[in-house]
Amino acid sequence: MSRRDLTLHLGLVAVLFLLHFILPAYHHGVLARIMVMAVYAIGYNIAFGYTGLLSLGHAMFFGAGLYGMGLAGLHYGVPAFPAFLIGTACGAALAFVVGLLALRTEGVSFMIVTLMFSQVAYLALLYFGAFTHGDDGFVVPDASRTLMGLSLSDEGTRYLVAWVLFSGALLGSLWLIRQPFGRVLIALRENEERARLLGYDTKRRKLAALVISGAVSAASGAAYAALFGYVGATFAGVQYSIFALLWVLLGGAGTVLGPFVGTLFMFYLIDLATGLTDAYMLIAGVALVGLTLFAPQGIVGELRRRFWKDLP
Amino acid sequence: MTETSKKTPAGTVRGPSRRQALKTLAVGGTAAATLPLWARYAGAQTGEPIRIGFAKHATGIGASYGRWYDRVSQAAVKKINAEGGVNGRPLELVTEDDGTDPKRCAELMEKFANQSKCDLAFGTLFSHVVIGAAPRAAELKLPYFVVSEGHHVASGMLNRWTLQPGITDVKSQVKAMAPFVHDTLGKKVTMIFPDYAFGYDHRDNFTAAIKALGGDVVAQIAIPPTETSFTKYFPKIPRETEVIYHVMIGPGVLTFVKEMGEFFGPSRPEIFGFIDSLEAVNLSSPGLEFLEGTYFWEGMPRYLQPDAPGYVKAYRDAVGLDANGASVTDANDVSTAAHMFGCWETLHVIKAGMEACNYSGIADRQALIEAVEQMSDMPAGPDHPQGAKRFNGKTHQVFGPQYISKVEGGKLSVVHTASIEDTLYPDEVDYTKMSF
Repeated sequence: MSRRDLTLHLGLVAVLFLLHFILPAYHHGVLARIMVMAVYAIGYNIAFGYTGLLSLGHAMFFGAGLYGMGLAGLHYGVPAFPAFLIGTACGAALAFVVGLLALRTEGVSFMIVTLMFSQVAYLALLYFGAFTHGDDGFVVPDASRTLMGLSLSDEGTRYLVAWVLFSGALLGSLWLIRQPFGRVLIALRENEERARLLGYDTKRRKLAALVISGAVSAASGAAYAALFGYVGATFAGVQYSIFALLWVLLGGAGTVLGPFVGTLFMFYLIDLATGLTDAYMLIAGVALVGLTLFAPQGIVGELRRRFWKDLP
Repeated sequence: MTETSKKTPAGTVRGPSRRQALKTLAVGGTAAATLPLWARYAGAQTGEPIRIGFAKHATGIGASYGRWYDRVSQAAVKKINAEGGVNGRPLELVTEDDGTDPKRCAELMEKFANQSKCDLAFGTLFSHVVIGAAPRAAELKLPYFVVSEGHHVASGMLNRWTLQPGITDVKSQVKAMAPFVHDTLGKKVTMIFPDYAFGYDHRDNFTAAIKALGGDVVAQIAIPPTETSFTKYFPKIPRETEVIYHVMIGPGVLTFVKEMGEFFGPSRPEIFGFIDSLEAVNLSSPGLEFLEGTYFWEGMPRYLQPDAPGYVKAYRDAVGLDANGASVTDANDVSTAAHMFGCWETLHVIKAGMEACNYSGIADRQALIEAVEQMSDMPAGPDHPQGAKRFNGKTHQVFGPQYISKVEGGKLSVVHTASIEDTLYPDEVDYTKMSF
């Protein structure tokens, strides 16, 4: 890992920390949420951006974390941190099981199979409504939103917890893709046959990548439940799988910073466009088409292509 | 020697030059011309608008409701402002699309509180959106007046900052229907409902209510939300069924009604449904002929009734409703009449609450909540056109009359009005004991 790479990513982390002290209240709250959702995008990027696994079912992993954390708190009174770990473990376990089955397929078939699994998970949440509170969802009890005596509903605590999680996910993904394991993932994306020819057990590595991806996505879901206090089936719906794909594509698939940039860009694009016109989706659509035409590798991907060839 | 003495002869008073006079006139004229603006600005120091953040279902599954919620809210604000506003201050709606999405609506709470500097938040029908946004409203200490009809407020799931003073909840609606169904239509009921929380609210509350009256639910048929054809469910309806109770919603409802008609033909049991199935749907749509002679719950009658009081007509005129409950500008643009009145009434409750606590700004948000909690009976009239209301400050939920209408000649005619007493149930929470 070059010093320049490290400086760039640590610099972003430092800037986000400094913003905690200077941002106006609205943008402070928005950035906390963006950091949590960017962790979801980082998780998705490990599977899609680095390993080439185009999933349309990642909302089930986000939902597993969300419900794992929330239900542990609601039904069993589990405190925030253990509940967070339970949520993350739920996502990892679900990713392992889904991976064992879905990774028998590849390409478009993998995309469809993950979509189907995700729909099963979503409908299961509705079916077991007596336990999950179905489509209405539920509010996470305050007792499960307290960490070391600090309320996670407090704006400052929320931001800093989101920042710690995001920093960990960002630097963790940077570290991961600079490891031999991460380089094998990239090799799988570029040419799986060749990787197999070189002696790598590609199925096992893809499964590992999916489990890591699912765990990170679930950590984001669990954090959302803890920090924002609501758990609902909407988050496990297909649109949240597409959001992750969209954020990663916009920011730059296969770049460490891309998921954050894509999430940030998409949020403010919608938020600012709503202030201009009721037809804000049209503005968002035009911007997305423009970006696709002129920066097909995403914002960070385009920067890498033009200015910084070895940007991770 | 001064310049003046240089130019002015001693003992004379120098008058203004023509240029100076023109300048003075110009400045004075400008000041006079802009006086109304300055006066308006000076007035604004004491009469700044009260900003109400309106979370609107402009897109997503709730869009048809959002469109009408918006129209009704705009009309109510126009009326309130024409009557002098709130303590002399006009109301101003700050409308944002929540996408019928709980995450976006939670974000809007932050936007209303921290960026738009709204005094309070208002709106939103779908339960999951309200439940997703309410925790953030409480954290931001932002009064959140919902128009959702969900039981989530009165169930105690939410918080002290969230109130529902303008529309009754589904539990009270369903409970109030049981006596009419039992006494008039039949005692053996088969329920058909969507297989998720909204349907379960109906299943659980109606089953308990009809059993308490001595009737029975002989079958409960839950239909998955992804279903597009319903023919396989109708054979599950027991022969002994005297009444079918249905509460299907979503795009499949027309198919549901059409297939039910084909299944039963001319000999059918009595049929009772919730108009939620057909809100914003024209009753003269092809396939709905089968509904002739069936009954519906309505929160407020869609069609103008012959005995409608003047204030109901005034409300409908203000909102822009024709006699059939459609837009006066487009007969195919059918309203969500059974729910949207809640926006009108909620805004009037906000006005009354603000006047009661002499609301002057966001520092009085808590006082506003406390003032509304003190409210109880509200008479029917221009502020409450749906009917008289009784607000329960402990549960933050309002109770009111419910209407049962029969489809006659393709229109809905009110045949029974359930009283407020029929809708009451024991308190499940006391929000007034919760801290702010």
